[in-house]
Amino acid sequence: MPQDPNSGRRQFLNYILGGGSLTFLASIFYPVLKFLTPPAANDAAVTAVDAGKSDDFPNDSGKIIKFGSKPALVIRDKAGEFKAFIAVCSHLDCTVQYLAKDRVIWCACHNGKYDLNGINISGPPPRPLLPLKVNIQQGTIFISKEA
Amino acid sequence: MPLKKYYDQAYGWVNERIDVDGIIGFMRHKEVPISTHSIWYYFGGISLFLFLVQVTSGILLLMYYRPGPESSYESLQFLVSKVHFGWLVRDLHSWSANLMVLCVFIHMFSVFFMKSYRKPREMTWMSGMVLLGLCLGFGFSGYLLPWNELSFFATKVGTDMAGSLPAVGDFIVRVIRGGPDVTGATLSRFFGIHVAVLPGIFTLVLAFHLFLLQRQGMSQPLSWDKLPAGEKKTMPFFPNFVLRELMFWMFALAVINALAVFFPWELGVKADPFASAPAGIKPEWYFMFMFQTLKFLPPTIGSIEGELVGLAVFSLGGLLWLTLPLWDRWTGTDAAKARYISWIGVAIVGFIIVMTMIGYALS
Repeated sequence: MPQDPNSGRRQFLNYILGGGSLTFLASIFYPVLKFLTPPAANDAAVTAVDAGKSDDFPNDSGKIIKFGSKPALVIRDKAGEFKAFIAVCSHLDCTVQYLAKDRVIWCACHNGKYDLNGINISGPPPRPLLPLKVNIQQGTIFISKEA
Repeated sequence: MPLKKYYDQAYGWVNERIDVDGIIGFMRHKEVPISTHSIWYYFGGISLFLFLVQVTSGILLLMYYRPGPESSYESLQFLVSKVHFGWLVRDLHSWSANLMVLCVFIHMFSVFFMKSYRKPREMTWMSGMVLLGLCLGFGFSGYLLPWNELSFFATKVGTDMAGSLPAVGDFIVRVIRGGPDVTGATLSRFFGIHVAVLPGIFTLVLAFHLFLLQRQGMSQPLSWDKLPAGEKKTMPFFPNFVLRELMFWMFALAVINALAVFFPWELGVKADPFASAPAGIKPEWYFMFMFQTLKFLPPTIGSIEGELVGLAVFSLGGLLWLTLPLWDRWTGTDAAKARYISWIGVAIVGFIIVMTMIGYALS
């Protein structure tokens, strides 16, 4: 078969057209994808918060407070000792609570349980809760990220 | 009668331009098989009708709904308590959404057991599966919009599942949520997806699905393979089948009206991102079997997170189900193997029903 004298030019034009089309699509989809990716929130600065007066916590109770953009769980155990954790279940992000009758930290979403040290003891949670440091100064509780 | 004259004139004017007679003639010649399985043919149409109810009631809800963590719940409270028939429109929207998912499931399984997905209807099956996926997307995105406690935590759980994917998980969660957590940004995204993105895509895929149906006609029951031509009974698509279908549509409308009046949807408690998840958190009923299965999985299977294994199995199952017509090739050649496929279907239906019941019993 005689070779088409224009085949080289035809192929070149096909490459240009194909490459141009891909570039055109990329020029649309790249900005759209970047637009849909939310910018990083600037709340990493929160390292310590005032959780209230220690007298407001009866023994054997727990309370959710705001720790930056996350909920934190402050617990006062039966002996009167304070503990605090980021109250986000390590399973699927639900907010946990203190269950006084069983003395465990409980996630209602999938029945996950943690002991009072934040260690996962039953149900689906794969990891312990993130612990926070508790300091009490003149009757006020301050919780902060552990170093 | 002058009215009849005007109608004839208008019809004649349109007919001269777009040949309406031709379209009606085509529909009269289209035949629908009559068999003991005929009832199942109506569920696709009922799903279509419920979609139309969704669109209509959804547009009406848009007149009052204001998306935002400080306004979503309040606008719905206003809608159901102050606006004339506001409660009815909201309940119709919720009930028709739930019944639509149910009808789509019935439609899918009837097509499966009648083996109507086989050649040449592979694309009809696959486009139907895409429509099912979009329906579930509608359900998931719409669930958050009232911004109540239940929907807030269900969305947290649902979106966090994507986070267990290796490498890209965190990125996907951020894109879906509009940030690292479920916030007002998530609500804005879900609202946009629910009222603009999904309806647009759904309408296109639905048009393609219906085009295939018109082009290829109704699938004949398997038992017809051995019947002599004289014993194959059919009815014209128009007007016989269309009128029967309309009757089912009216029945469906009566059912959703009755449900809306006697079983209204509660608005629940407003979502508080800094409150603990309340007991009894559960997703919509059609996600319950997955929710319950994931609940039963241990934290880790081998060295992999149980959640990830569960999601991988569900994803693989979904892919196999989507591509069913491409690998079920035992048509007519090996009856025993063809029966295996039906038994797999029975097992899937059984699994879904049992897991759903356990889910409700334990919640």
